[in-house]
Amino acid sequence: MDAITFFIQAMNGIQYGLLLFLVATGLTLIFGIMGVINIAHGSFYMVGAYLAWSLMGWFGNFWVGLFAGVLVALFLGLALEWLFIRFLYDRDHLQQVLVTYGLILIFSELRSILWGDDVHSVPIPELLSGSIQLTENLAYPIYRLWLSGVCIVIAILMYVGIQHTRLGMMIRAGESDRDMTKALGINIGLVYRFVFALGVSLAAFSGMISAPIASVFPGMGNQVLIVSFVVVVIGGLGSIKGAMVAALMVGLIDTFGKVLNVNILGINILPEMAGMSIFALMAIILMFRPQGIFGKGH
Amino acid sequence: MGKNFKSLVIGFVLLSLMLFPFFGERFYIQFASKILVMIIFVSSLNLLVGFTGLVSLGHAAFFGFAGYVLAILMQVDSSTHFVTALLISISCVGLLGLVFGVLVLRTKGIFFIMSTLALGEMLFYFLHDTDFAGGSDGIYIYSRPNLSIFDFWDVDLANAVHFYYVALVFVCLTLIFIGRIIQSPFGRVISGIRVNEHRTKALGYNTYKFKLVCFVIASMIAAVSGFLAAVQFGVVNPEMVGWHVSGHALMMVILGGKGAILGPVLGTTTLMITEEIFQMLTKHWQLLTGLVIVLVALFFPNGLAGIRIFKKGGSM
Repeated sequence: MDAITFFIQAMNGIQYGLLLFLVATGLTLIFGIMGVINIAHGSFYMVGAYLAWSLMGWFGNFWVGLFAGVLVALFLGLALEWLFIRFLYDRDHLQQVLVTYGLILIFSELRSILWGDDVHSVPIPELLSGSIQLTENLAYPIYRLWLSGVCIVIAILMYVGIQHTRLGMMIRAGESDRDMTKALGINIGLVYRFVFALGVSLAAFSGMISAPIASVFPGMGNQVLIVSFVVVVIGGLGSIKGAMVAALMVGLIDTFGKVLNVNILGINILPEMAGMSIFALMAIILMFRPQGIFGKGH
Repeated sequence: MGKNFKSLVIGFVLLSLMLFPFFGERFYIQFASKILVMIIFVSSLNLLVGFTGLVSLGHAAFFGFAGYVLAILMQVDSSTHFVTALLISISCVGLLGLVFGVLVLRTKGIFFIMSTLALGEMLFYFLHDTDFAGGSDGIYIYSRPNLSIFDFWDVDLANAVHFYYVALVFVCLTLIFIGRIIQSPFGRVISGIRVNEHRTKALGYNTYKFKLVCFVIASMIAAVSGFLAAVQFGVVNPEMVGWHVSGHALMMVILGGKGAILGPVLGTTTLMITEEIFQMLTKHWQLLTGLVIVLVALFFPNGLAGIRIFKKGGSM
């Protein structure tokens, strides 16, 4: 592998990692702040991608479709919190798992009814359709660069929003003591609803912006859910910094695992087997630091 | 409910189950066998979720892996005896359970749920994406393991009625076995872990070891069920390992009332029959299943056992 290919793969790995961060951070926010394990998170990613496909086709414009999609996701999040999730705050994890598992089945069938079971592709918007020529025959697509940039901007916005704004203060207060925050006159129910909707929108948004570079298919939610669980386990639950570090690690390992032809003791490790590499990383973390790299312990 | 009355009900149910193949049609016998096999799996999960308080979302890994062991075994030697195959399958799964258990039991609560799910899916992707065991198509089992008892009683496992009785025997053995575990000193310790792990630890028990042993036992019971499922359908595929199997089983545990030995019998039967009816109604039956799961988890967190008529003092 020469330097330039290595560079391209590293960029791909970082881009994948940043996308994973967006999904995983919604998961870790919803757990960290509300104490709810949401295994339907991957479904929102899948819904986002299908929304992108139909809305962008409908409006004939990527940007309008993206905006409309985020709005739909936001309302979906608010509605779901009001309908189901708000009953789960005081329940044990088992019930949270079951309710959100039920939601997975519901969303998967609704998708099948509304959009069918076909695989679709979403075109890259014209503005970002070019690529940067690196050498004579190697180029890097601008869309991927834009995608990484957007993820970084959102990560910074989230950090600033949670650490330095009034709303962020309410969220952090709600995280450490729900009842006390309520007693101070803050409508904690509303704050939670907003956080959940934010998490849903983040997942759906990731699905939307990844649609042009990956195809839109029914099982996409499951796949991303599992990988974001791996990210959260590695990074530590409730830690946004951890989610970022772990997502980048997972993105890079997964990308390089698929292109490197590793030869261990004369046995050629197949690229498909390399898909196991992120799980191997998770197993190592579990062995030595079960609370995750940035986890605070139990 | 008096003890005599309870024994009477159980006896009656058992008798009707034994007589069922004489009256039921082939389709219903096969469906009943499917339920019986599932009861074993759900019982093994109940041992973790209901009795020890460990919510695992990766339990299907053991179910499916047992089937794969059988399939590979039958490819190597198609004349393997049922008992040999079963023992090999249980041992392999027990080993896998030990490896998974050592890893996931370092975590607690939500982390445990996530890491069990991730490890289970790792096995799924391994079986699905590599050619090691038939890839996404899985493996067909052309000849069932032979089950001749002392050379004069030949049980044909491909025969629906024969299989039904074999499954029934295993269900009874499983329930008795789990009942014994729960009433043993070991069972007291694991329910101590469920109620308050810190106190159990303070009493001097190494809770990690107890949880690990329990995890391995549960994986081995799940192996029995996966083995039987593979024998019944004559095929194994990666979906057997997938987390939908675990999710459904979890639902059955809750529906029957977790932490009751007979809970899985009630929960599994109810959910499987309900799903069968849904499947007759619409192509999109999972939508209805999903709604049922959401509603039960929200409004009947104690399952059917929590409803008046099934109400009982302690665990059955």
